[in-house]
Amino acid sequence: MAKHVVAAVEALPPGSRKLVDVDGRPIVIFNVKGEYFALRNRCPHQGGNLYEGKLTGLITSPEPGRYEYSRQGEILRCPWHGWEFDIRTGKSCIDPTRIRVKSYPVDVECGRHLVEGPYVAETVPVTVEAEYVVVDV
Amino acid sequence: MNINVASSTRVKSAARAKLAIADCDLHPAPNGLKELHPYLDERWHRHLEMFGTLRRHGYQQGPAYPKGQPEAMRRDSWPPDGSRPGSRLGFMQWQHLDPNNVELGVLTPISPHPGGFQNAEMSAAFCRAVNDWQKAEWTQKDSRLRASITVPYEHGELAVGEIERRADDPEFVQVFLLSRTAAPIGQRRYWPMFEAAVRANRPVAIHAFGFGGFPITGGGWPSFYLEEMTGHAQCCQSQVTSLVLEGVFERFPTLRVVFIEGGFAWLPSLAWRLDRHWKKLKSETPHLERLPSEYIRDHIWVTTQPMEEPRSAGHLIDVCEWIGWDKILFATDYPHWDFDNPAQCLPPALTEEQRGRIFLENARSFYGMN
Repeated sequence: MAKHVVAAVEALPPGSRKLVDVDGRPIVIFNVKGEYFALRNRCPHQGGNLYEGKLTGLITSPEPGRYEYSRQGEILRCPWHGWEFDIRTGKSCIDPTRIRVKSYPVDVECGRHLVEGPYVAETVPVTVEAEYVVVDV
Repeated sequence: MNINVASSTRVKSAARAKLAIADCDLHPAPNGLKELHPYLDERWHRHLEMFGTLRRHGYQQGPAYPKGQPEAMRRDSWPPDGSRPGSRLGFMQWQHLDPNNVELGVLTPISPHPGGFQNAEMSAAFCRAVNDWQKAEWTQKDSRLRASITVPYEHGELAVGEIERRADDPEFVQVFLLSRTAAPIGQRRYWPMFEAAVRANRPVAIHAFGFGGFPITGGGWPSFYLEEMTGHAQCCQSQVTSLVLEGVFERFPTLRVVFIEGGFAWLPSLAWRLDRHWKKLKSETPHLERLPSEYIRDHIWVTTQPMEEPRSAGHLIDVCEWIGWDKILFATDYPHWDFDNPAQCLPPALTEEQRGRIFLENARSFYGMN
């Protein structure tokens, strides 16, 4: 595992997402209400681009005629066939123990620590004053 | 020290399929009906503006059941200029035809399929326009593509006229209608269309959907879109049954029919059920010379998407074995939301030969392109 700087914090505000390439892996980074999540940009079903997916909530039903809608913004629907995934774990809603999207830890680090390393450099300069979103791949 | 931010990348296309494919269910759509204006008399511009299009579907705008994704489209299929999915050849080439190695793409325009318009003259005029549009905007601009003869299928003599108009044009490879018809498709009112198809040496393609004016399942109006999706199997079973029992394949022994997007795992069990009953009730249909299953085996083709998904792939392979490895044509349904990705959707257990047939060879011979 190596930490990769993927965006300056101000470039990834709440409600936004960013597709990045980390060592040849397409990874999509989400900011959901100030929390960051990173998932492989590939649906395990047939390979849909999850970057294009809609963030929605979890619908459950204790019995016919009653339903609960919870965790708004934390469930990612694939843009093709609508398979749903928990953005926190990458686990699918339909079969969480067997089908999941690879997820990666995300942190925010200040530029001062980044300059000290040991982080993987890519393409845009980092300054010591700013904060950055870092994904562990 | 130079620390950099990981590079942002354009959404990549799906991995290139290993084998070249024929896509036998590829949906182009005009970006609004006004895009058909150049192919219509001005009389129809005014008519469309004042009265719109009436279907056999009562007073409702749009489809009867809400879809699994907006407008039933892949969310990533809107071209960058915001126009309708399937309406821009360049984007279709970039997103689908090139990366998925499509060697033959058979256009199946269903948004709209004007064959279901209630006004017969309007149905015929718009079918003709959709056909002219397919040629001008699609097949003449990309040599991989072929067009379907969209026909006003509820009106025999008008359907015949459109088939004859395209009969000498090799870019039109099949007669094309939707599955929910006003009456079971084997009945005599549809025979002129079958006769013209045979005369023009074209197969007839029946694509799921349309509005017949009846409940969309055999048990009435259901509650869920999921029931509509599953119910296509019922509708297609009724149509296969009608074609066989009405004696269409006795009357037109060279007729070939392909069912598109209705699934196919139901086909063997339907044949077995028909055989069982026919053995007892043969005198009701004395015009049939052979077992129903034999007509089915000889005259019916199917496309893949959406395939049934048994837990054991072996069950699906048994079904394919019964239908015939030469009768199954590959289809993605692009750009619709239930698109099948050729790189991933066929069972891994298929042999290379079976895979090659389904992906390309069957379509080549079905459409006479060997």
